[in-house]
Amino acid sequence: MTMTKMTLKTEGDIHIVVTRRFAAPPEAVYRAHTEPKLLQQWLLGPEGWTMPVCINEARPGGKFRYEWTNAKGGGFYITGEFVELQPPNKIVHIERMHLPDPTPDNHVETRFDPDGTGTLMTIRMTLPDAQTRAAMLASGMEHGMEASYVRLENMI
Amino acid sequence: MSSLNSSFAALADPTRRALLSRLARGEATVMELAKPFEMTQPAISQHLKVLEEAGLIVQRVDGAKRPRRLAKAGIDAMDQWLAMLRKALEKNYDRLDEVLAAMEANGETNKETKPTTKTESNKKRKKQRTL
Repeated sequence: MTMTKMTLKTEGDIHIVVTRRFAAPPEAVYRAHTEPKLLQQWLLGPEGWTMPVCINEARPGGKFRYEWTNAKGGGFYITGEFVELQPPNKIVHIERMHLPDPTPDNHVETRFDPDGTGTLMTIRMTLPDAQTRAAMLASGMEHGMEASYVRLENMI
Repeated sequence: MSSLNSSFAALADPTRRALLSRLARGEATVMELAKPFEMTQPAISQHLKVLEEAGLIVQRVDGAKRPRRLAKAGIDAMDQWLAMLRKALEKNYDRLDEVLAAMEANGETNKETKPTTKTESNKKRKKQRTL
């Protein structure tokens, strides 16, 4: 399973690149990224969060909206639009986080390339400027990070 | 130990994390730091004081200016914050591994990406069962 280790890197001034390998073929990984019933099982961040609302119109020009909540009454949501879909290899979309004010648009290209019998996923995010990227990494999914933050603090 | 605690307390505030990430791009004066925020300079100075007391930033004297820059501890703290972001993402993908394994166990991984109708995908499942 060491092969599946995720990488998260900045590239140039405005990009963030995430890679991850999966044992399943691109068809399955693509479905898990576009079908609400599957997305709601894994796209949750730290423990204790659920995604009660998952709307996903996986077609060019289609919209999506994901809402997260935790037991403490915290919550936030992401909205976005699909630009291009090439099942099962590529998804291009634009998204923003609402905290509740919207963050600047994040342009995201996700690729699922065959890798042996599995998949190599590459997510390339493009932010409008260096400051936005820095703020995004620094705020680190503001609400979702809280649980990890508390856990880490308890370890010290 | 106590300095680690104060650095995490300092990082608990999103404005202070944003200030650190701005300083990660280079030295800056209070005026420069205050610009992107809708906050007064005294409010920014207060945040900078917390960061300084936590050992995350340092200032130097340049005439009337006191430009701030990241201290080594500030760089480490930012790295740790990034590590937490990484951890939340990793957690997602570990869960996705399980979802994919369950799909495979149900014989779903070879299914067409978009079954046209429910009956068709049911038919397909039935067919797979008889194989």
